[in-house]
Amino acid sequence: MRAAVDARGVSVEIDGRQILADASIRVSSGEIVALIGPNGAGKSTLLAALTGDQARTRGTIEIAGRPLEDWKLKELSQQRAVLLQENGVFFPFTVEQVVEMGRAPWQRTPLDHDDEEAVDEAIRLTDIERFRHRQVPSLSGGERARSAFARVLAQRTGILLLDEPTAALDLRHQEDVLRLARQRAHAGDAVIVVLHDLNLAAAYADRIALLSSGRIVAQGSPREVLTVERISDVYAQPVEVITHPETGATIILPVREAMSVGRANDDSLPRTTARSRIALPRKASS
Amino acid sequence: MTAVDDRSRTDAPESSADPLPRTVTARRRLLLIAGLAIALTAMALVSAGTGQLYVSPAEVFGSIMHAIGLDLGPLPAHPNGESALWTIRFPRVAMSIVIGAALAAAGLLMQAVFGNPLADPGVIGVSSGAALGASATIVFGWAFFGEWTIAVAAFITGLAATFVVYFMSRSGGKTEVVTLVLTGIAVNAFTGAGLALMTFLGDQAAREQIVFWQLGSLNGSRWQQFWIVLPLIVVGVVVAFVISRRLDLLSLGERSARHLGVNVEGLRIVAIVVTALLVAAAVSFAGIIAFVGLVIPHLMRMIIGPAHRPLLVASVLGGALLLLTADLVARTAVPMADLPIGMLTSLVGGPFFFWLLRRARRSAGGWG
Ligand SMILES: Nc1ncnc2c1ncn2[C@@H]1O[C@H](COP(=O)(O)OP(=O)(O)OP(=O)(O)O)[C@@H](O)[C@H]1O
Ligand SMILES: [Mg+2]
Repeated sequence: MRAAVDARGVSVEIDGRQILADASIRVSSGEIVALIGPNGAGKSTLLAALTGDQARTRGTIEIAGRPLEDWKLKELSQQRAVLLQENGVFFPFTVEQVVEMGRAPWQRTPLDHDDEEAVDEAIRLTDIERFRHRQVPSLSGGERARSAFARVLAQRTGILLLDEPTAALDLRHQEDVLRLARQRAHAGDAVIVVLHDLNLAAAYADRIALLSSGRIVAQGSPREVLTVERISDVYAQPVEVITHPETGATIILPVREAMSVGRANDDSLPRTTARSRIALPRKASS
Repeated sequence: MTAVDDRSRTDAPESSADPLPRTVTARRRLLLIAGLAIALTAMALVSAGTGQLYVSPAEVFGSIMHAIGLDLGPLPAHPNGESALWTIRFPRVAMSIVIGAALAAAGLLMQAVFGNPLADPGVIGVSSGAALGASATIVFGWAFFGEWTIAVAAFITGLAATFVVYFMSRSGGKTEVVTLVLTGIAVNAFTGAGLALMTFLGDQAAREQIVFWQLGSLNGSRWQQFWIVLPLIVVGVVVAFVISRRLDLLSLGERSARHLGVNVEGLRIVAIVVTALLVAAAVSFAGIIAFVGLVIPHLMRMIIGPAHRPLLVASVLGGALLLLTADLVARTAVPMADLPIGMLTSLVGGPFFFWLLRRARRSAGGWG
């Protein structure tokens, strides 16, 4: 199958510092690839290289079979949508207006007939109907993040590049975002998503690329990448990897000292249940 | 806004979203734009008739209608009415309309480019940069481009000033309020020194003209000047209209705008050149009139929101109305005296700027 995104040997240097070294990643249509790794590992930088925002010192990048440099900006915007890690809006646009901006690439094309429908659908899917007429600067962090995600969905491109789309979201909306990504992949889209929640990555990604200090140190199926040794080592935090007794899902938990609240009670419960009660540390908005 | 309500009802059914606001916004835009257009027309008739020699609005209307070959309305009763209108009043009214429009459009463009609602050609020194070019033309008697020389020189120095501010004050795709204001101080100090030098070098007549620029005035507007600035301003406003959709996308930040297909650097350069063109056209004959570009787009944004296309139309009309009104006040407030209009706009705009600064500081980082 032809790759939607094909990056080979990409290196990025900023001010003489190697930020990304020899990264290769290939994503086909219908696939979700998760980028994981500690803060500062180079995930956003890799994404910036894939969008063409960040100049690279070496390597080639192809989008839908054509070198990145050969695309016109407008054509490229009809191929891939990008959600950045930070999503500010300078003036008090309403949520609806911001989502409509996602339709800009299709202006004056036959597809601009779908504008209203695409906007309404994106708003419905991201559950932002209730504040679609509010001004973005007045929203909470998570609401703003969902509005930005809706804009990306409304763009209706075959490739989605998402930088921490779940970072600011509550439990349900995190699942929503990845369910939507899953649906888009089923429909034939290619998705690259940066995640900090390893359980989400394990549950939704077809493949995971683990970055550490600017290098992709492992790439493969969640089961291959998410091993106790590798994750403990890369994150400098001991973890245990458990298989859910019923669903068989992979669960990654940091190893915690025996000091958690209500420990005495938990001992009376079956081990797996006790574990599943522990909340994972989650990165707040960055 | 029902911010608190909305947020607490996390589980409220979807039905709480009403489908109305899209049409409400459209109606509000239409009302504002129509209202401004009507007010502008009425004000123009009143202003043209007001002065030492009074001509009623009906007579002003009649005079215009007769000039375009329609036998509508009465002609001015006063024997000198017709000539007072056509040689003195109309050129001045026309100049104030196009210059007000130009300044408001220029302010709007700068705010979009800087991602900052506090940008204004007067405040950040573009106007005085343009005035420097204009005054040099007078002092040195340049005439490379005939009667256009003043405008061309003003454009070149105005453009230089805009680029200086642009490169000095931006970081990470936006401009912090403090940086913008401080850069404005620096640019104004520099162009002020240039204007002082021109005042020193120039003869009596040139000096008077430079002082007059620094104050800003529409006194002595002539048709010839109007026909020079009109095409520049029309071109500027039309280009601004064409790029207005892309300016909306720029509000998402330069990277996101790029991801949506906008050539950000190209767009910025076009916007900056158009700003300089508009400011130069305004400054060439009317001098520095500050704050119109700040006050008008801001007021309009509060009424119809930040979408640039309707905002541009409303700002152009609003700027024209404001300057037309200000000019009427300037020439009638004190009997037998013509106050500098730049002084009037600053008198109103200065406190408004204070208020905006305070607001911008309160809303996190001046995002607007
Ligand atoms: N413009 C820049 N100049 C200098 N260093 C930079 C620049 N941009 C990124 N870096 C550095 O490159 C490294 C990788 O940054 P990047 O933003 O890609 O990390 P990340 O993996 O996305 O981290 P996070 O999980 O915190 O989002 C970091 O150490 C960062 O400090
Ligand atoms: Mg990042």
